[in-house]
Amino acid sequence: MVDEPIPVEVIPRGGLGRSVGRRLRDWIPAAAVLVLGLVIWQEAIRVFHIQRFLLPKPTSIASQFWDDRSNLWHAGWFTFQEALGGFLIGSGLAVLLALVVARWKPLGRALLPYAIAANAIPIIAFAPIMNAWFSPLSKSSKMAVAAVLCFFPVFVNMVRGLTSVRPQSLELMRSYAAGEIEVFRRVRVPNALPYLFTALKVASVLAMIGAIVGEYFGGSLDALGVQIKDSVLESRYEEGWAAILVASILGIAFYLAIVAVERVAISWHPSIRQKEGE
Amino acid sequence: MSANEVVRVEGVSKRFARGAVTALQSIDLSIVEGEFVSLIGPSGCGKSTLLRLIGDLTEPTEGTVTVNGKSARRARVDRDYGIVFQDAVLYDWRTVAKNVALPLELAGWGRAQRAERVREMLRLVELDGFESHHPWELSGGMQQRVSIARALSFSPSILLMDEPFGALDEMTRERLNSELLRIWETTGSTVVFVTHSIAEAVFLSTRVVVMSPRPGRIANVVPIDLAQPRTAATREDPRYFELVTRVREALHIGSDREEPLARAVER
Repeated sequence: MVDEPIPVEVIPRGGLGRSVGRRLRDWIPAAAVLVLGLVIWQEAIRVFHIQRFLLPKPTSIASQFWDDRSNLWHAGWFTFQEALGGFLIGSGLAVLLALVVARWKPLGRALLPYAIAANAIPIIAFAPIMNAWFSPLSKSSKMAVAAVLCFFPVFVNMVRGLTSVRPQSLELMRSYAAGEIEVFRRVRVPNALPYLFTALKVASVLAMIGAIVGEYFGGSLDALGVQIKDSVLESRYEEGWAAILVASILGIAFYLAIVAVERVAISWHPSIRQKEGE
Repeated sequence: MSANEVVRVEGVSKRFARGAVTALQSIDLSIVEGEFVSLIGPSGCGKSTLLRLIGDLTEPTEGTVTVNGKSARRARVDRDYGIVFQDAVLYDWRTVAKNVALPLELAGWGRAQRAERVREMLRLVELDGFESHHPWELSGGMQQRVSIARALSFSPSILLMDEPFGALDEMTRERLNSELLRIWETTGSTVVFVTHSIAEAVFLSTRVVVMSPRPGRIANVVPIDLAQPRTAATREDPRYFELVTRVREALHIGSDREEPLARAVER
């Protein structure tokens, strides 16, 4: 009577050690490319006599990064707080508004075209305006830029996730005599989570961009963006590059943190299950 | 009205697109407790619409639908229906066990009670051991069995099935047919079953309602007097073939009134 049972994957013998070994082997090609890239960069500067204002040597950037590390991390933390604050405010408001719009459809029809249009405009252009609205030296002006940048992709994706539910899923809920809140809790919101996390990953990158570019238009001397701008203006290129390195590390860490939350929050999703099954 | 009448459809018409399309016209149908009634007909005959009207997933333009002596809407709010669609419509974020438990959660069952019921239901559809699997890890036939377990979990008095095995291969389909009959016997529920397979309708039903299109009407009702319980041998019973032929003829007469006999003989 029963269909063929799905064969259950058993962890191979010598499980953990071997799987860690395999993980490491998977990373070898990528690590090799990194090392090779750095060597080519270093050598190209020597061979072609590339000026340091165009591109400093990786070793000079690394030593600058090491010498100045406490100041750089301090600045990085300052800017990261702006990005994180903006990310939380922008994404939070976007999720709330998306829930409202998904509940009251006519409101969605009125607002959504503008949200989609706004998603396509270069919002970063408003950074100087935000400096005018809020104090340029405060964190809040950069948070505002980051928040606006995060808002639109999260809003648009969340609305899509909440509303792209199969009609039959809703009919089943109707047949169980489920109320509107139950439908949101048990069908629409879980359905929207994969969409939400896709948007949050984009938003984390946008938040860092918003904070740093916002700082280019003026900000506290503690801020990473201000340090990048000033050091380049004053021909301290290695310092500028070292600050960019910090910004990159923070940006990647932010992104990976969201990936980690995603893996826990939607562990049921086939894309994640299959990755783990490899 | 007999004492144990479960579904009563009276003078029901349904028009779509602001009256432009008549999906159903003047339908009268009565289903009593414990019956297994199949609705069969070509596409566009309104068989799914009739099922949806009974389940209060849509409302009639004219006429009334009475279920267990109350309005269809009241019956839905009272959770009198278990529904199974052609797609299993399982929730990907829930495990098999949690999918089956969903209607119970909504009905406010306690945790222990739910777990007990889910175990029972999965045993009924022979899926014990798959509790913690996710829907996409199962084959189409297994998914549909989960869907049936879910529809039956809260013991609804009526099971509404809209081409539940339409997307499955012939082998799986026959297996699930027998399984459905076993479940029907065990639970004693009333089943309304939409299909476009004549063989399936005859094998499963106590009564086959033959419908015809444009506008959707009931063309004929064929009582199926094959012995219960039905087994593989039923499919080889001469009476089974007679009834298949009767339903086929009724279908052709219903859908093609100009040349009924010619078509019926040709087949």
